[in-house]
Amino acid sequence: MFGLKGSDFALFLVVAVLTLAAPFILNPFPETSSLAQFNGGYPDLMQRFVIFGIFAIGFNILFGLTGYLSFGHAAFLGVGSYAAIWMMKLLTMNVIPAIIMSVIIAGLFSLVVGWISLRRSGIYFSILTLAFAQMSYALAYSVLTPITGGETGLQPKLNDPRILDAAPEGGRIPQANLFGLDMGESRVWNVGDWAFTFNAGYYVAAVVMLVAFYLSIRIFRSPFGMMLRAVKSNQQRMNYTGLNSKPYTLAAFVISGMYAGLAGGLLVAMDTQVGPERMFWTASGEVVLMTILGGVGTLIGPVLGAGFIKYMENILSKINTTVLEGWFAFLPDGAADAVVAVLGLFVGKGWHLTLGLIFMIVVIFLPGGLVEGGRRMFRGRDRTATRKVKSGQTPPTSKPAE
Amino acid sequence: MAILQVRNVSKRFGGLQALNDVNLSVKEGTVHAIIGPNGAGKSTLLNCFVGRLDPDTGTVMFDGKSLLGIKPHEINQAGVSRVFQTPEIFGDLSLLENVMIPSFARRDGDFKVNWWPRTDNERDVKEHAEAVLQEIGLYEKRHELADSMSRGDKRRLEMAMCLSQDPKLLLLDEPTAGMSRADTNATIDLLKRLGETRGITKVVIEHDMHVVFSLADYVSVLAQGTVIAENTPEAIKGDQRVKEAYLGTEAE
Repeated sequence: MFGLKGSDFALFLVVAVLTLAAPFILNPFPETSSLAQFNGGYPDLMQRFVIFGIFAIGFNILFGLTGYLSFGHAAFLGVGSYAAIWMMKLLTMNVIPAIIMSVIIAGLFSLVVGWISLRRSGIYFSILTLAFAQMSYALAYSVLTPITGGETGLQPKLNDPRILDAAPEGGRIPQANLFGLDMGESRVWNVGDWAFTFNAGYYVAAVVMLVAFYLSIRIFRSPFGMMLRAVKSNQQRMNYTGLNSKPYTLAAFVISGMYAGLAGGLLVAMDTQVGPERMFWTASGEVVLMTILGGVGTLIGPVLGAGFIKYMENILSKINTTVLEGWFAFLPDGAADAVVAVLGLFVGKGWHLTLGLIFMIVVIFLPGGLVEGGRRMFRGRDRTATRKVKSGQTPPTSKPAE
Repeated sequence: MAILQVRNVSKRFGGLQALNDVNLSVKEGTVHAIIGPNGAGKSTLLNCFVGRLDPDTGTVMFDGKSLLGIKPHEINQAGVSRVFQTPEIFGDLSLLENVMIPSFARRDGDFKVNWWPRTDNERDVKEHAEAVLQEIGLYEKRHELADSMSRGDKRRLEMAMCLSQDPKLLLLDEPTAGMSRADTNATIDLLKRLGETRGITKVVIEHDMHVVFSLADYVSVLAQGTVIAENTPEAIKGDQRVKEAYLGTEAE
């Protein structure tokens, strides 16, 4: 179906259904219940799920297939964002030119960075990409202020040229839109105590994510994808087999850079502002965490990892000591204080601590990430299957990596 | 007619003269063995054929084209495939994929972003790879991981990878090193069979005289970086200089 093998098509279908039904799935608790704070079904967070999903899918094409670990992919996300906001300032608030330009500019930038960084492999490659990203961050902060807005960043302003749009009415800064459909527009559907929010921006981003996911499946299952896995497996043999590994790695690098640019453009489409902090090295590190947490070299892993981390970031960080005190009020005073004091370290601002612990547990006990965890649960202790999954290969006799 | 012509090749590593004015001529369709004691420069010479090393002086001509100063993948595309001393395979890919990759390299050249078609649907390449695996006797294991194979099977897989490219020249670096007697004999049989069905020119570096005398049409003896004799196996057996340099202790 659509040129996909049966099992891949099934996976794509599951992801499509889950994505489109996300406003329901992520809002399982009624608004009135005390658990409502665990609901993830609000537009801002749902948009982040799919956008960072795209970022991680692209990153996985480079890291998962070729094994080249880039520590600077946030630079491409940031460059994509700047390109998008400039299209909105100069051309139109319609998101289409912004998104297309973000992919093109990020692609060109990654071509340059990749051309230089790929002269080295292993840790030196990682350091080179990190250096490029930090340079981009520093430049955006200082020298390039006329283009990047420096510390304050960029937003659409009333006096921007926007040559394709009509003059804004009533002195309101125009909103990002898709042919008139406002990205911020939401419909809320109240069913009993539940409130489900359907946001235009989310659905635009979700459709783009599904396209990006579909293309990544095609790449994974194509001869080109096989060559990228050959790079990871044995680059020397590849060269002595008549294949030039350099352009293969560069192509993978540029493709993943374009995915990052697409994610950056979509971030701007959803929330029309950019600042240089988007390119900071922690943002590059985050996508590495997402990919490893979800499952390196698997199709769905990066999306899961991105969703997991963004959920933690947004939900866990909202829980503060007051909330905890409410939960443990039933305990005797002293005990409640002790429990709150300990748990308080892991929530709110301390959510990174929880993330770090989970990351350590996954890397040590589930090197294949969440995907491997899911597989073990479904298949019991099928050691051979998990071994094959870890290596990212797809023997037709067993199920392919999901 | 000589398909591989090596003239006056010298290579120095610091104080060591690894190759000293080596001349070698490999005739098309023959099996040419290079023998010599440890450190004689056999592997260095082979590395000069595949772009891993460039000699200090001399020329290496293959099929009328110089092999010096060009990249390993260009040399392979010109028709030279190499089997390494320790098998170089794609360990975490299946056997079928291991053979499909060189088949793609033969069909599509050294680089092609062939990202839209599904690998399963590339029938011509897949069937070609399966046929080669069949020929080499690994077809039943085609979906297993290359790393899970025995050393002998890994070596055969590497040969299958090279054969799938229909090379004009196959370089084998100690194809039976570390193998049991049974595996060695199986490899000899395989190489003989391939010689009959395909007639590929082969250059074999080998320690094991049993292998050399079973396979080779010509033998070059390398000692201390110099070719001291080049002749048929029978003549080499009787050559006094060779005996002194090498065979004296190891002849059967």
